[in-house]
Amino acid sequence: MSTFSLEVKSLVKYFPTGASGLLGRPTKEVKAVDNVSLQIADGKTLGVVGESGCGKSTLARVVTRLIDPTSGQVFLDGQDITSLRGQELRIARRKMQMIFQDPYASLNPRHSVGQIISAPLRVQGIEPVHGVKTRVQELMELVGLNPEHYNRYPHEFSGGQRQRIGIARALILEPKLLVADEPVSALDVSIQAQILNLLENLQTELGLTYMFIAHDLSVVRHIADDVAVMYLGKIVETGPSGSVYSFPRHPYTTALLSAVPVADPTRRGRSGRIRLVGDVPSPVDPPSGCRFRTRCWKATDLCAQVEPPLEAVSEGHFVACHHPMDPVSN
Amino acid sequence: MTTPLLSVENLNVSFATPDGVVRAVTDVSFRINTGETLGIVGESGSGKSVTASSLLRLNNSVTASTSGKVLFDGTDVLTVDEDEMRRIRGQDIAMVFQDPLSALNPFYTVGEQISEAYLVHHPKASKSDVRTRVLEMLEKVGIPNPSKRIDEYPHEFSGGMRQRIVIAIALINSPRLLIADEPTTALDVTVQAQILDLMKDLQQETGMAIILITHDLGVVAEVADSALVMYGGRVVERADVMSIFSVPTHPYSWGLLGAVGSLDTSTRGHLATIPGTPPSLISLPNGCAFRPRCSHQEGVESKCANNVPVLRPIEGTSSESACHLADHQLVSIGQRSSRS
Repeated sequence: MSTFSLEVKSLVKYFPTGASGLLGRPTKEVKAVDNVSLQIADGKTLGVVGESGCGKSTLARVVTRLIDPTSGQVFLDGQDITSLRGQELRIARRKMQMIFQDPYASLNPRHSVGQIISAPLRVQGIEPVHGVKTRVQELMELVGLNPEHYNRYPHEFSGGQRQRIGIARALILEPKLLVADEPVSALDVSIQAQILNLLENLQTELGLTYMFIAHDLSVVRHIADDVAVMYLGKIVETGPSGSVYSFPRHPYTTALLSAVPVADPTRRGRSGRIRLVGDVPSPVDPPSGCRFRTRCWKATDLCAQVEPPLEAVSEGHFVACHHPMDPVSN
Repeated sequence: MTTPLLSVENLNVSFATPDGVVRAVTDVSFRINTGETLGIVGESGSGKSVTASSLLRLNNSVTASTSGKVLFDGTDVLTVDEDEMRRIRGQDIAMVFQDPLSALNPFYTVGEQISEAYLVHHPKASKSDVRTRVLEMLEKVGIPNPSKRIDEYPHEFSGGMRQRIVIAIALINSPRLLIADEPTTALDVTVQAQILDLMKDLQQETGMAIILITHDLGVVAEVADSALVMYGGRVVERADVMSIFSVPTHPYSWGLLGAVGSLDTSTRGHLATIPGTPPSLISLPNGCAFRPRCSHQEGVESKCANNVPVLRPIEGTSSESACHLADHQLVSIGQRSSRS
């Protein structure tokens, strides 16, 4: 039996909204994450993709318990962390750390790099055997920073280097799971590649498990073993990334893949290209039945009435659609 | 030979800052004809946005010093008086910015904002004419139910719809050149595809030229006819779009193409990277600005360190490249790197 580093069961997160009047109570809910289940095997990478507002960042925050779920469970290394509080939660957090999107906003400008990277040690009350400074410098070396820059401040570093600082901070507690929320989307292409390679090296070296959230499908293609496609708070398709990318079955996945600009002008105007019309509906009032039906060219009456369950179409590949696409190569 | 719609010759832009002079754009030259799309590609700080804003003289007139020529239909945009400049902006050359939310005023309805752009150049137009024209424009950029939405405010529109409004503002005076500075960077990929299609359709209809500034090589491959690759404020490669992707002729272009992940590759192998980071525009390295990050200097090290390479035609291709390596080297490595 394979072991799962992370297992998420029927996770739901609704945000109350729509308060009216002075003492008005929230009358509506933003259904940010709606009944999401997933697993990540030890040492593997799950890529979560979707457009803005699909709930991928909320999912990351609920998984790391930065916000509390409305319902559902999160298991980290077999332990249910959903209802942990205080000291227990703090100890559980040693096993999971997060890398944030914006390398400018996620580092305190008044703290030196040494202070930033060692902050998790202070929070957790851990004293490394050879002292804090040695440990921090080990990590700086590991992520490709010059250990002599221990006393420098974030503004002295470029975007890519700052993201390395964020990675070092995430690794200092030797976590099992790293949740990375758009870790490269604020960086230039040539720097993105450096950071992606670094994350891959670290995974091999330290046996890390990644939950990698991104809107960029080619980035996820590069780094993930498995991929989950989200739309309006739900996973619409998930499976091994080779299978999902080559034989997408959900119309939304197909459309998403065909919208990505390809760096090859000879394939311009290639046939079978799908253009979605309109925008993503509001998560406050999602469409009945299948949430994608308002933009779907295959939608029927059935789609409006019955919500399609996530069903297996091949080994490990699940799709939530009443009318899945034929498995022809994309 | 026909004269190009826009011809930029030896454009230099620098900014005086407390830390020193920022040489944002150095010796940039290019041309664009009616109906063409030119892609300008580069990373942050490569000078692509400053190049674009210079074409409309939008740079801060106190700190910026600009030299060179920007000939639009024979007129040097850099030397005309402010009245004439005001006529050119919007009427002849229009611009679309990256962030549609900050480009729109939250206190005015979108109808008012589109009308304003029209009234600047048609001060005598009657109210009802303007409204008809605005409705037409909204229809054209694909806003559903324009007669209702014309009286709504920007916050009532989604990101993609806002960018359509910004495009409507830019195009209401039927400009002959549209400058789009990262028009789809803030948008989701399915919406990006819609906006790029829209720009292409409108171009077919009106015959306008488009300068598309982007960091995304995929976008260039999809819509541009030719491309400039910028690095450290200079053009390092200039070519038609087919050549730049099949036989890139500058080491920086090789690196950029290698660093782009692809949807097809199932191999999880390492992405090719360009080591290091882009140079500071305040203290550019001597010689070639790309030299500290370049791994192809064998045999020409001293040239790279001392002489700034100028853009020159590369034998055996239709491209121009600013690199000291011999032509045959550039071509053969370029072919290899584009296949890998």
